[in-house]
Amino acid sequence: MGKQVSRKVQHVEDKVKDLLISVQSGQAISKEDINSLKARKLIVAQTWKGYSVRKGPNYAPKRKKVATDLTRENLQKGDWKELEFKEYNFNAKGPPAESGHLHPLLKVKQQLKNIFLQLGFEEMPTNNFVESSFWNFDALFQPQQHPARDSHDTFFLEAPSTTRELPEDYVELVKRVHESGGYGSRGVKYMYDWKREEANKNLLRTHTTAVSTRMLYALAKQPFSPKRYFSIDRVFRNESVDRTHLAEFHHIEGLVCDRGLTLGDLIGVLNDFFSCFGMSKLRFKPAYNPYTEPSMEIFSYHEGLKKWVEIGNSGMFRPEMLLPMGFPEDVRVIAWGLSLERPTMILYGIDNIRDLFGHKVLIHSANVVFLAAW
Amino acid sequence: MPTVSVGRDRLFAALGRSYTQEEFEDLCFSFGIELDDVTTEKAIISKEKHLEEDKPSADDEIIYKIEVPANRYDLLCLEGLAQALRIFNGQEKIPRYTVAEISKESMLKMHVKKETSLIRPFVVCAVLRGITFDEASYNSFIDLQDKLHQNICRKRTLVAIGTHDLDTLQGPFTYEALPPPEINFVPLKQVKNFRADELMEFYKSDLKLKKFLHIIENSSVFPVIYDRNRTVLSLPPIINGAHSAITLKTKNVFIECTATDLTKAKIVLNTMVTTFSTYCKRKFEVEPVEVISFDGNSSVFPDLSEYNMEVPLSYITGSIGVPLEVDEVTNLLKRMQLNAEKAGSGASSISVSVPPTRSDILHPCDVMEDVAIAYGYNNIPKRKLSSLKPLPLNQLSDLFRSEISMNGFTEVLTWILCSKKENFEMLNRKDDKSTAVIIGNPRSSDFEVVRTSLMPGMLKTVGHNKDHPKPIKIYEVGDVVLLDDKKDVGASNCRLLAALYCGANSGFELIHSLADRIMEVMGTTFVPVPDKSGYYIEQSDEPEFLLGRQAKIIYKGRRIGIFGIVHPEVLNNFDIPDPCSFLELDIENFL
Repeated sequence: MGKQVSRKVQHVEDKVKDLLISVQSGQAISKEDINSLKARKLIVAQTWKGYSVRKGPNYAPKRKKVATDLTRENLQKGDWKELEFKEYNFNAKGPPAESGHLHPLLKVKQQLKNIFLQLGFEEMPTNNFVESSFWNFDALFQPQQHPARDSHDTFFLEAPSTTRELPEDYVELVKRVHESGGYGSRGVKYMYDWKREEANKNLLRTHTTAVSTRMLYALAKQPFSPKRYFSIDRVFRNESVDRTHLAEFHHIEGLVCDRGLTLGDLIGVLNDFFSCFGMSKLRFKPAYNPYTEPSMEIFSYHEGLKKWVEIGNSGMFRPEMLLPMGFPEDVRVIAWGLSLERPTMILYGIDNIRDLFGHKVLIHSANVVFLAAW
Repeated sequence: MPTVSVGRDRLFAALGRSYTQEEFEDLCFSFGIELDDVTTEKAIISKEKHLEEDKPSADDEIIYKIEVPANRYDLLCLEGLAQALRIFNGQEKIPRYTVAEISKESMLKMHVKKETSLIRPFVVCAVLRGITFDEASYNSFIDLQDKLHQNICRKRTLVAIGTHDLDTLQGPFTYEALPPPEINFVPLKQVKNFRADELMEFYKSDLKLKKFLHIIENSSVFPVIYDRNRTVLSLPPIINGAHSAITLKTKNVFIECTATDLTKAKIVLNTMVTTFSTYCKRKFEVEPVEVISFDGNSSVFPDLSEYNMEVPLSYITGSIGVPLEVDEVTNLLKRMQLNAEKAGSGASSISVSVPPTRSDILHPCDVMEDVAIAYGYNNIPKRKLSSLKPLPLNQLSDLFRSEISMNGFTEVLTWILCSKKENFEMLNRKDDKSTAVIIGNPRSSDFEVVRTSLMPGMLKTVGHNKDHPKPIKIYEVGDVVLLDDKKDVGASNCRLLAALYCGANSGFELIHSLADRIMEVMGTTFVPVPDKSGYYIEQSDEPEFLLGRQAKIIYKGRRIGIFGIVHPEVLNNFDIPDPCSFLELDIENFL
């Protein structure tokens, strides 16, 4: 006998078919069923969107365009009355303004210049970067062995390497005061053979005091009249550039030349000068400077840093510097100097001096607007 | 300042010589008065009446209108003016004014009634005896009263002057204040008798007098002066009586000044009597009048005493800034009508007696001023304050900086030192050793030379700002240094201005227009080649720029600058991917 197939059940229930029929007819089926049918790729999910359309609150029978701006045409046609403006996004900033800018450092320079002018100071011509060692050092009673005159501090020149002429009479007096004193000075202070060749060496000026020296020398040749001078210009030091040092920076210098000036006058004028830009708490530290005696370092109390910071140097020019120029004995010169970069960095919150100027500075940093900063 | 009109010819006669107008102006100027206008009687009248001005004919009298200082009442008429100038010129000595010595009994008297204190409490009087008027001096006498009324008398509110023909009156006089209806008299220039209250009504239509009515109008009593026969002398400050009116023939003048301010009244009286005592028989002598108050107090006027002052010489010379000896100062003061001599006490002090004519002298500073005037302000050696001269080059640089910023360029500040390569090779330039200052001991190649152009710094700035949104518009005003045989040190600075545009295109036209703008703000005009009066642009051939798109700026025949599209090789040397145009010019040419 062969194998026989016999009915075991009366009915076959095709559940899948039923489910599919239910799906087809739009009836709901359970989530598990949907997932199992999906898994067997028997059904695919499809999304149908329906909209119901009726009149809204802004219903208009004709299409209306919203305006973004008022135009000349609007005014000419007179249709501005019907214009509806697109909502403006006031949370976004306006587009960048197209404008020119002054350099921040030079803005501070201008402010300082104004302060000097208000205090009755006259600007010195400082447009001479190349200077002789004589005017930069010797005339300032700075001995030829002074470390500042070393090549690692000063840019000496290959061309033009030496100066061609100096006022000979005056050079002789300066030489004498370096070698043997005079004018009440022991002179033995330095006691060395002063070399003309050293004085002739050209350099890039290391301070604008070189210009002040020339100005004072010219002033001493006239019948005496009191003067107040200032300058703000570029000076050069042979230094490696880092966060706090530049090979070029700006030197601010102020000096008063008059009969009978005292240390009290110097302290007074410094207070006037610095209080013009909000530094009214000053104190002075004794210091050494070859061409001033007494010399004072100027410290100001920084409210933000809560400490005293050095802001400049000052003093009375030595008689050994003034008398060879030909000034009467009772004429004194009080002077002070500081860099332009330091107050600017404090003012603009810049902590790297290289961000202040030079070609690597980002142009847009000039756009930082500070009005009436002090 | 008050203006006094005087006939030129009479004035010159009084000064004893004639002057050209220029000479007279100089005299006035140095004395501190001013010839304000030269006119004629006719012109003044036609001007007042707004008539077309007639051509002045030769026989019209020339009138000088002279402005005098407001405190010099003694200069308000020809007599005083001429006398002051004569003394100033050293033609005449200072007169000594005296009060006639007469006994109190024979002195004329003025009794002041109590009621006057309600309205106008003071009166001072004096008599000019034996005066001789001519038409001119008579007019001057009237004019001086007018001038005084206008100035020190504050339009008669403080002081009012009445002048009378004494021969028509009989003293003693009384100064009273009565209810208006009780006052009856024929006023000056009228023929009919008026009651004072009616008179006030009548004058309301009088152009000249109506402005004085308010002074007494609302008072219950009006001031009035009578003589012993109840003849009304005046109803001050409005009008005098017709009875005692002075004429050309008047010989003896009675002057009364009623006032609310006694000091001013005395000054006015003194000015009147001192000025016109010159026409008296006894020159410079004035007859006094006793004024007796209701309370019995008596005073005699005028008070012609001199006021004495001692002034240290050092004060005078120290203030003027001229070293003068005592004798020089006293001589100068005498020219200003101040009697002065060396003070007895201190060796270097001056005793000054101020005559009654000079009520303006209050303090030694007034004496010092007169010394300076007599010495001549324009003879005083100049002493100059130290002056502040701005540096023209820096001023000009700052003007350019703000102008170019306003043109939308951003200022950059670059290094003055750079490498040799950047200064020459990278700009396609050759170093012929004739321009650049070379550093002997550079610490790095960044500091080999002093720049001779602003171009490398500007291009380096663009090279380091690649991320900056285009276009880049930058400028710099700064110094370069060039070898210079004429300088002691062998090199000199030169102030240059440079501007650069960098974008998707070269911006050559924009840089061109900036060049024009710079020339425009310097007030130079664009002229055709080769005109030397302004500037023109001429094609150039420089290696750092693209040929055909570069040009020189020629100003007054000199090349002062250049602009052009930067040569692509140069751009490549500085690692700049975008086209650039560059302008550079020497601004020292504009000084």
